Amino acid sequence: MEAMRSVTQSIPVIEMPRRRIIGAYLEEARSECLRYLRAPAFMRPMLLFSTVFYLMFGVVLNHGEASRYLLASYSAFGIIGPGLFGFGVSLAIERDGGLLTLKRALPMPPGAYLLGKMVMAMVAATIVTVLLLLIGVFLAHVVLSGGQMLALLLTGMFGVLPFCALGMFVGTLIKGQGAPGLLNLVYLPMAFLSGLWLPLSMLPHALQRLAPIWPSYHLNQLTQAAVGLNKGPLLGDVLVLIGFAVGFIWLAERRLRRHG
Amino acid sequence: MNSSIGVAARLVAVGKSYGGVMALDGVDLQLRSGQLLALLGSNGAGKSTAISLLLGLLRPDAGTVELFGQAPGRIQARRRIGVMLQHAELPPTLQVGELLRLTASYYPAPRSLIESAELAGVSDLLKRPYARLSGGQQRRVQFALALCGRPELLFLDEPTVGMDIQTRQRLWATIRQLIVEGCAVLLTTHYLEEAEALADRVCVMARGRVIHEGSVDEFRARVALKRIRCLTTLPLDTVRGWPEVSEVRQDKVRLHITVVEAEAVVRRLLETDPQLRELEVQRAGVAEAFTELTQDADEASNSAQREAA
Repeated sequence: MEAMRSVTQSIPVIEMPRRRIIGAYLEEARSECLRYLRAPAFMRPMLLFSTVFYLMFGVVLNHGEASRYLLASYSAFGIIGPGLFGFGVSLAIERDGGLLTLKRALPMPPGAYLLGKMVMAMVAATIVTVLLLLIGVFLAHVVLSGGQMLALLLTGMFGVLPFCALGMFVGTLIKGQGAPGLLNLVYLPMAFLSGLWLPLSMLPHALQRLAPIWPSYHLNQLTQAAVGLNKGPLLGDVLVLIGFAVGFIWLAERRLRRHG
Repeated sequence: MNSSIGVAARLVAVGKSYGGVMALDGVDLQLRSGQLLALLGSNGAGKSTAISLLLGLLRPDAGTVELFGQAPGRIQARRRIGVMLQHAELPPTLQVGELLRLTASYYPAPRSLIESAELAGVSDLLKRPYARLSGGQQRRVQFALALCGRPELLFLDEPTVGMDIQTRQRLWATIRQLIVEGCAVLLTTHYLEEAEALADRVCVMARGRVIHEGSVDEFRARVALKRIRCLTTLPLDTVRGWPEVSEVRQDKVRLHITVVEAEAVVRRLLETDPQLRELEVQRAGVAEAFTELTQDADEASNSAQREAA
């Protein structure tokens, strides 16, 4: 017993150096991105939905300013996907499979799990936006300045975050393979009702008036502004999106803490 | 050893219930460095609840739970543990090396990737995606992840399920090596020979209580039963009728008799069957001890109350 005691006593309590803590956050984000970028079944619907729609409606059926409008609205549509599905589906599956439990038992730094998923969703949203920009510029011949392209990319990168929060909340409501179905029930009607498929002006008046209750409506205002079609003030839309993000993160955190 | 030096994990008078069902009821448990404690018990006995409490996944309703003298939820405490859970679906598209690198990044002074891989016997799998591995290989990878942080306390929840015999024995050898280096191990298992091969101490749980705690030898000694085996022409029913005999069964050739006092039965066997051959008398093993202990606990609790699901 003497020898064993001396072993434990000779191990000082090692504090984790700050560099290693930051390293752990980076590793988590890197693994999360690698893991899902390698899963075609996971990425394909997120990438194909918006690009195929845009090819059909923005390149084949419409030209000129309509293509510009649709580039922005399908960008909004495409950006929402990685947020809802990247976050919601993976959280629901990992809660079910025990991975989240294991991560909570391991000394993973707090928040690294959620931050990793956020980074993954931001990367996926950026990929979607780049694909749509390529289609828009080279196939639909939408003329964009460098600044406009950058604005659209940044909108995609950060605009995905409120939808991560919504996806996270849905991911805490349901476990396992049921999540994609439930998320589609949120995703598709919300996209339609906030004018991402058809311009709002083509929808019934009552639905037009309801549109601002959807976070996707406000994201669309931002993407339209990025391509130069929305000249109005944007602060309100940004604040609404931040409010949605904070609200859903709060709800999801509460459910995760209570139900795991 | 009266201080808390070397105490890796401790439960003191811990109670935990789910919706009115007591999962743990006044449980005391202590695990020191360089020691392996095997937690035995049938499903629903409270083993998983005890582990979840020690991992900080659950909070106790009553009592104290400590990891290295701290609350288990604290990350400083968890940086000193390694964990292998019973069910954990790891990211299928990540390679084994990537999983090891990620898990090691959580710890202040982890083992090198090569060392972890060698200890767990997964060196040849580092480039393989996790999903392409067999069940036994996946368990080995999970074992590698558990030890990669150079933990002082290892939680192994049913570690060898799905492993073949060679792999299992190799894992046992690694666990023994870690214990010699001063690591504490909390093992739950359904394989009693695993507890017998590895454990310093055995803790048997039933219905949320610890019904036995002690060394493996004490555990066996608690059960007075002996096993007699022999080749005999005596019919099964004759032997069954003898008063000292508590159980008899027959395989292809041999008669297996379980008794409390072996001597009287052996004498009678030899008298009634002069042709009797290959007589063996053994103290009952861990398996019989376990069955008897948990049955006793079940009977006691059944008479007190109806079984709770």
